[in-house]
Amino acid sequence: MKKKNIFLILYLIALFVPIYWMINTSLKTDNEILKGLTFFPKDVTFKNYVEIFTSPLWRTSFLNSIIYVCLNVIISLVAAIPGAYAFSRWKFRGDHHLFFWLLTNRMAPAAVFMVPFTELYYTMHIYDTHLAVALAHCLFNIPLAIWILEGFMSGIPREIDETAFIDGYSFPHFFRKIFFPLVAPGVGVAAFFCFTFSWIELILAKALTVTNAKPVVVTLTVGIGAEGVRWGLLAAAGVLTIVPGAIVVYFVRNYMAKGFALGRV
Amino acid sequence: MARIQLKTISHTYHPPDLPEEEKAYAVSSLDISWGDGTSNALLGPSGCGKTTILNIISGLLQPTAGQVLVDDQDVTRLSPRQRRIAQVFQFPVVYDSMNVFDNLAFPLRNQGLPEQSVRKKVQEVAEILDLQDYLTNPPAKLNAAEKQKISLGRGIVREDTAAVLLDEPLTVIDPKLKGSMRRKLRQVQRDLQKTMIYVTHDQHEALTFADDVTIVKDGRLVQKGSPEELHSEPASPFIGYFIGSPGMNILGCSLKGEELRFQDFSLGLSPEFLSRIRGTGPDLQLGIRPEFIRVSPEPGENTVPFEVAVIENTGAYWVVTYVKESLRIKARVPESMRVQEGQKHYLAFPEDRVNLFQNEQRVI
Amino acid sequence: MSNRAWLFLIPALVLLSISAFIPLMTVINYSLHYIFAGSAPTYVGFENYVEVLNDPAFLKALGRQMVFSLMILVVEVPLGIGIALAMPRKGKGVALTLVFLGIPLLIPFNVVGIIARVFTQSSIGVVPEFFALFNYDYNVSLHTTDAILTIFFLDVWHWTPLVALLCYAGLQSIPDAFYQAAQIDGASAWKTFRYVTLPKLRPVLIIGVLLRFMDSFKIYAEPLLLTGGGPGDATTFLSLHVARKAESYELGYAGASSIIYLFIVIVFSYLFFQLLTNIGTGENK
Repeated sequence: MKKKNIFLILYLIALFVPIYWMINTSLKTDNEILKGLTFFPKDVTFKNYVEIFTSPLWRTSFLNSIIYVCLNVIISLVAAIPGAYAFSRWKFRGDHHLFFWLLTNRMAPAAVFMVPFTELYYTMHIYDTHLAVALAHCLFNIPLAIWILEGFMSGIPREIDETAFIDGYSFPHFFRKIFFPLVAPGVGVAAFFCFTFSWIELILAKALTVTNAKPVVVTLTVGIGAEGVRWGLLAAAGVLTIVPGAIVVYFVRNYMAKGFALGRV
Repeated sequence: MARIQLKTISHTYHPPDLPEEEKAYAVSSLDISWGDGTSNALLGPSGCGKTTILNIISGLLQPTAGQVLVDDQDVTRLSPRQRRIAQVFQFPVVYDSMNVFDNLAFPLRNQGLPEQSVRKKVQEVAEILDLQDYLTNPPAKLNAAEKQKISLGRGIVREDTAAVLLDEPLTVIDPKLKGSMRRKLRQVQRDLQKTMIYVTHDQHEALTFADDVTIVKDGRLVQKGSPEELHSEPASPFIGYFIGSPGMNILGCSLKGEELRFQDFSLGLSPEFLSRIRGTGPDLQLGIRPEFIRVSPEPGENTVPFEVAVIENTGAYWVVTYVKESLRIKARVPESMRVQEGQKHYLAFPEDRVNLFQNEQRVI
Repeated sequence: MSNRAWLFLIPALVLLSISAFIPLMTVINYSLHYIFAGSAPTYVGFENYVEVLNDPAFLKALGRQMVFSLMILVVEVPLGIGIALAMPRKGKGVALTLVFLGIPLLIPFNVVGIIARVFTQSSIGVVPEFFALFNYDYNVSLHTTDAILTIFFLDVWHWTPLVALLCYAGLQSIPDAFYQAAQIDGASAWKTFRYVTLPKLRPVLIIGVLLRFMDSFKIYAEPLLLTGGGPGDATTFLSLHVARKAESYELGYAGASSIIYLFIVIVFSYLFFQLLTNIGTGENK
């Protein structure tokens, strides 16, 4: 019992060290960073953060990221919820393997697919829009969301559906009033994973945007290598990229705990 | 095989640091003893503490107070394994990654038995449970009844098993297979003479399986006895109503002189009957089973007129609900009798079939 | 009934066809053409495939990638299971642990790359200073092992929480009765893990292994930012190799190599899928 806890605590500390180091670096002056190794910032400075918050480039790119990520979460869930319902409620030919074939979408090497994506979205006139990135990210998020939700929905007895229909509920009414509240923890968990994978994706987001929808992950890359790396600034931006996600996790943490307790992610 | 005893067992799921008056006890001061090689049932409504008792016996749960004895040896602090008690759960528990043979062999191999004896024992048990044909199959493909047999098999495969506990083992079994499974369980118990305790909320299962039935309500023992005893001499109106289908009719009444007075009728009593209930207070409850009520279309001696309200056909006889003012009584009526709603029938309550209760306790 | 099922699947299938099927067709089309910037593509059949399969740079990147991905599976999966087993099953600790595990997953790949650079930069990073204590000259831009192991540990740090979260969910779904039965049957801790926990984790382990295998093949930003694929080409994994070709507009080569890449990932993933679905289901013996 005790050994288990020590292992877990040590692991969580190890997990947090790199994040701490980034926070530590972000609060240092460039001078201190370059002078050598220090475990705590000598004089704490918020200069790096101030620079990011006052720069319109950083501000808009943060906003862009948040917009397309949220858009992607919504699109993925809207497509995945009925899909997962179909898998959980009806048997059809090959549904055992369909999960695997859905997942193969995830395998597509984004590094190469970015060229055809660019062409396709150019012809669809959505190149360099938030929608373009949101749609491209469906590639890996819809299959995952279907898989997660299917697990939750299979855990809900079919009798609930049947009883509702006998009671005269229409399908949309039943779905909204009865079924959705039951799978809400699952939707929370699925939303968390969609958010995560869309938020951290770099290659497609970079390829599909120029200026209008340029995300923060791309702005970050640009900061590297230009006029000598500004570690403090990059670290501060890095810390800030974790913040929206951390807020999401904080809000869905109880959903997650409940969702995870219900079984299959 | 062994005798199982519970001595003043109490258990609460609340933490020990909670003030005593705020604790709710799942079971309290239970004293029960189950004989060696007997078939027993632990019967009670859902949430009465049955599963708690079972887990305390098997050792999955440590009681807050009291002792568990196996053959007069205190095992309260021993692990399930050391107590040699096996358990069959409500939902079939099989090891999916092993075939049926390996499932049955699992407890023996954990004991470190030589492979030759393992094979012999497993074959024996498989034959008893009709599992010979499935031994090499993966259990995932078997139905719930067969899976439950595997669970039971793992319990009886060990020579030294002191007792087998069955926790509502038929819950998930197809209704069509329940009957044969029940007979199988009973037959295994008879053949092996192992102490078994069958937990259920279904009186039919309990009464057909067990020679000795323990009834628990709200964590307390209410009565323990043979099915016949429970039927003819229920310790309380609750048991009277709980056992039998439909249950016993319970009517509030009071003793006035030589009569039992009900709301708006009274029954005369014989001197012999009166002598048996001498000394009890005036407020009583009369209990009579539907099958003992005598029904006639004509008035007779000491009969009460009732009106037919509901008629149910069970196939072999009618179950008729009679009303009189606010009183409702169920009686079993032979199919040969013509019954119609609204008819007036005359009901007699034979003295030798009547139970009287006072303060929830049986007087006679 | 099944017609209705397809109706419900329409939104997902339409979106997937936009984001997967059409680009895939385009890539196949590239792979069959010789494309040079400015001029019209010419059809060359399977020539690009022949070129890719004979290209030592591609084969070396592929070999490197396979070793890397297998290393990741071998380390991250058992570690993830271990963490999940150590996590609290109920109480206040649950949400807290989940939040902690969730945070690394939310860090963009390139931020991970930046963290790595901050860590490993000679003279200012923690890692070189640490190794200096043992008189070891740690340098990711000079030493191949340093570079590969750093990227490997980076991935373990970043993605083991995902495996742990999946396994945790799997563990939560195992009814207590299974553990109780094992206890009654006298199973040791190891046997309980081997015959109760592990088989019940099968579904989440399948998804965990597949996700980590597929995603590790896509590793791109970390080596790019940390080492630029070096020293030499020591950390030029498959995605990086293919992406460079695409960036230099060798679309025929890039297309053919990504189809080969896709083929390899699908074959291996399918093998894992089949193996994990059928292994130890009691069919043997």
